Amino acid sequence: MELTIWTYEGPPHVGAMRIATAMKGVHYVLHAPQGDTYADLLFTMIERRDHRPPVTYTTFQAQDLGGDTAELLKTAVREAHERFKPDVMLVGASCTAELIQDNPGGLAESLGLPIPVVPLELPAYQRKENWGASETFYQLVRALAAPHAPPPAEPRPERPAGQAPSCNLLGPTALGFRHRDDTAEIRRLLEAVGVEVRVVAPLGATAHELARLGEADFNVVLYPEVAHAAASWLKRTFKQPMVTTVPIGVGATRDFLREVAGVAGLEADSLVERMHTQLPWYSRSVDSNYLTGKRVFIFGDATHAVAAARVARDEMGFEVVGLGAYNREFAREVRAAAKEYGVEPLITDDYLEVEEAIREAAPELILGTQMERHIAKRLGIFCQVISAPVHVQDFPARYSPLMGPEGANVLFDSWVHPLMMGLEEHLLGMFQEDFEFGNDTLPSHLRAEVPNDPATANGGSPAGSAPAITAAEPGASADSAVPESDPAAEPDGDIDPEWNAEAEKELGKIPFFVRGKARRNTERFAREQGVVEISVDTLYEAKAHFGGR
Amino acid sequence: MNRSTPSTPTIPGCASPPAGTRDGAGSGLANGTGATNGELPVLKERGQREVFCGLTGIIWLHRKMQDAFFLIIGSRTCAHLMQSAAGVMIFAEPRFGTAIIEEKDLAGMADANEELDRVVTRLLDRRPEIRTLFLVGSCPSEVIKLDLARAAQRLDTEAGGEVRVLSYSGSGIETTFTQGEDTCLTSMVPHMPPHAGAEPSASRPGGTIGSTGTREAEPGTAPAPPTSLLVVGTIADVVEDQFQRIFGKLGVGPVHFFPPRRSAELPPIGPGTRMLMAQPWVNDTMAALAQRGCERIDAPFPFGVEGTTEWLVAAAAEWGVGRERVLEVTAAARERGRRAVARHRATLEDRSIFFFPDSQIEIPLARFLGRELGMRLLEVGTPFLHRGHMARELALLPGTPRLSEGQHVDRQLDRCRADQPDLVVCGLGLANPLEAEGLSTKWAIELVFTPIHGYEQAGDLAELFARPLVRRELLEV
Repeated sequence: MELTIWTYEGPPHVGAMRIATAMKGVHYVLHAPQGDTYADLLFTMIERRDHRPPVTYTTFQAQDLGGDTAELLKTAVREAHERFKPDVMLVGASCTAELIQDNPGGLAESLGLPIPVVPLELPAYQRKENWGASETFYQLVRALAAPHAPPPAEPRPERPAGQAPSCNLLGPTALGFRHRDDTAEIRRLLEAVGVEVRVVAPLGATAHELARLGEADFNVVLYPEVAHAAASWLKRTFKQPMVTTVPIGVGATRDFLREVAGVAGLEADSLVERMHTQLPWYSRSVDSNYLTGKRVFIFGDATHAVAAARVARDEMGFEVVGLGAYNREFAREVRAAAKEYGVEPLITDDYLEVEEAIREAAPELILGTQMERHIAKRLGIFCQVISAPVHVQDFPARYSPLMGPEGANVLFDSWVHPLMMGLEEHLLGMFQEDFEFGNDTLPSHLRAEVPNDPATANGGSPAGSAPAITAAEPGASADSAVPESDPAAEPDGDIDPEWNAEAEKELGKIPFFVRGKARRNTERFAREQGVVEISVDTLYEAKAHFGGR
Repeated sequence: MNRSTPSTPTIPGCASPPAGTRDGAGSGLANGTGATNGELPVLKERGQREVFCGLTGIIWLHRKMQDAFFLIIGSRTCAHLMQSAAGVMIFAEPRFGTAIIEEKDLAGMADANEELDRVVTRLLDRRPEIRTLFLVGSCPSEVIKLDLARAAQRLDTEAGGEVRVLSYSGSGIETTFTQGEDTCLTSMVPHMPPHAGAEPSASRPGGTIGSTGTREAEPGTAPAPPTSLLVVGTIADVVEDQFQRIFGKLGVGPVHFFPPRRSAELPPIGPGTRMLMAQPWVNDTMAALAQRGCERIDAPFPFGVEGTTEWLVAAAAEWGVGRERVLEVTAAARERGRRAVARHRATLEDRSIFFFPDSQIEIPLARFLGRELGMRLLEVGTPFLHRGHMARELALLPGTPRLSEGQHVDRQLDRCRADQPDLVVCGLGLANPLEAEGLSTKWAIELVFTPIHGYEQAGDLAELFARPLVRRELLEV
């Protein structure tokens, strides 16, 4: 058993629902107890979908367990077919139904429905949401496209002269993090360089379109977590090349275009030249100097985390101080990237472990998920969400992709926003004691974004907002449930330095956004030097020692 | 309306028809009908139930009892449910968590207890302020027959009185949404101390008092004089305080509320304790309390001015306080309540309403909306109908609404679309899709999370139903 407060991924059948809900003409019959229907609200409330997910649940109860739950399933399949008239049906079990071993797939097949029925085996006690989505998409693609596969030895015919190169965009799902806008952005980008987009799947695709996936010249894997398995099968079966660069950020989008040019037989440099985005100039403009070396901790699904790290270092000039992902299936990619950034990769789905790592790294900005937003809130650090799991706020009304040229603009704006202080940063540093700066006052444009502490949310007074800010200091963490950073973990852990009053006061003059780091560095310095009482001198010696980092 | 005529009268309280009947008839209406007290027929349905499981009760129980922690023994689905249903609303670390059963737990049941010990130890170390730990059973834990009652007993002994460890089921196969509170409270009943002067617990054999605890169950026996009043079912702290003040003025008391704000401070009970239901879903709790000698006061539920008055009158009568005195004491509050409700009458009067089943609160609310706001009741669905506890409400229900118990969601949606109600009360999974079809909806879950009881909240309760309609009028887009 694993103690869980928050979970990064849902069970695998929720992944299957993300595929079914994304598509048209697909219906999913889920053998599941009463209550599992909660999953509908993920789509209707978080994503604000205007239709119920195409899912029928058997919703068996205890009294059914002694009886015939298999009959319940068959009835549900029959009724769902009659009522919804889908083109293809998915049939599977949730965690509880897996235990009663009714073999839903086999039962459904035995009904002899006049449509393809795809049985899903999604082991709920081993696997999770992303895997469930990937497996479901793969099974669907296989079931529908395989009948159109060429003989294995037959080479792929050449694209007729004069015909534009074509591709499929694979991976976007329902409830995906910015999938709607990413898909639109990449479609626009590809069409601008003369590549036809045949099918986008699963988002918006029909069963008929899945059957025709093999017709495009190549596949673009936008979200490997969902589409890598299906695209690999298509590559084997239809000999369709796959483009695997995820176009998040300027560099990656350029690489993506080069890869597309390679498989589409286009001239790469002209494609790249035609791409226009503001990020390079914004990042080079002098006001962005203050972004240099900002410490950023990155955690999310592997694809978004790895992509964000590249943008953070190479395009924003940040320092990556932590990099991790919750989906072990893609741990290799994260490890490789972490090595490049010189950090320890964090591969875990234990939220408490992530919190510990963030506390340890003391970043100035977290790029994470909704879970890290909670952690950031507690630690008084700014956070921008870059990856699923999603929240209703992650479905903005405005066009807001992460991918492609516009995605790069969005990344610049959203990541810089919490840090934006320009010259004010210096004024704050010089005149800390201005009563309106207030030692602990947040910049006015951020008040709404750090509603961490009730006192901040409803108060305007500097005193009222103090807890949210000082929470960045380990000793001030308000939540008793969170283990304090363990001094024993430090090299000379036997000494626990104390701050004298004067030093504590001086620390208070340091702008809040670096205060946590200053406290941590000073204490570490004191421990290393065997200093028991931290004075103002220790503070500045530590500053000199660490060079302000 | 195309309500079918009652055919085979169903014995009140009898089990739903077996699963086999659900697909026999093409029409959902032929599914099974019964009659309540020979009046309104009840459409009993089996099929897909679009409802929460009992685990979701933890969302309010963990805030109500601040010294309690709820540990679900379940799957990733359970954890995901809690996070999705509750996570969006939570601004502090929740006092609940999930011990997720993994493949290795299923493979070797032998170490399930060790695993549980490890998880509980880690939890109690992180949360030393916990006084009651609930091990909450889920669908998977029940299907694999994990004996949580026994585990709770063992852990309770090991905790040596520091922490009380209890267990209950919040599983979807056993409980629907608010029934999770019922099973939780039931698990606490054996630990409620006997009140001063009362014999030790279980002093009155169950047979002498009906399972509902009402006096009718034992005609001819003189009841014990009232010694205390127990209000059963979670209500907002502020509402408790309001009721406490009114009871005080009436000379009714001492009054205890169950669940209490601190789980370690369970109210004393015994013969002489009169019980007043504040929420309609505490049916098993009432039966368990009746076993301890408490007696139920038959009353409608305290929603709206009328319901609140009748609820208070019923309680006061036990203390020999007459209706006139209740009306006198509550005159100002009733007047305020009436004025507050009246403000929404123009919006709601003659508008039709359709309730999907959710929390068992549907019938009392339909009564309030029908009688105090003049709404037309089309269908009133409830996940479960306890005829005894709901008798007073059913008697007050105006018009001839279609009553339905259980659910076949697709057929119910067909009926709803055919009815084209002005307002639909439904769960979060249905609300936006129905809005997109042009219907106005009210989220049912809000009715469980908002202070809506009593005089001072009667206007707020009416406003919850008026708001979607007002908003629809307001928007020009």
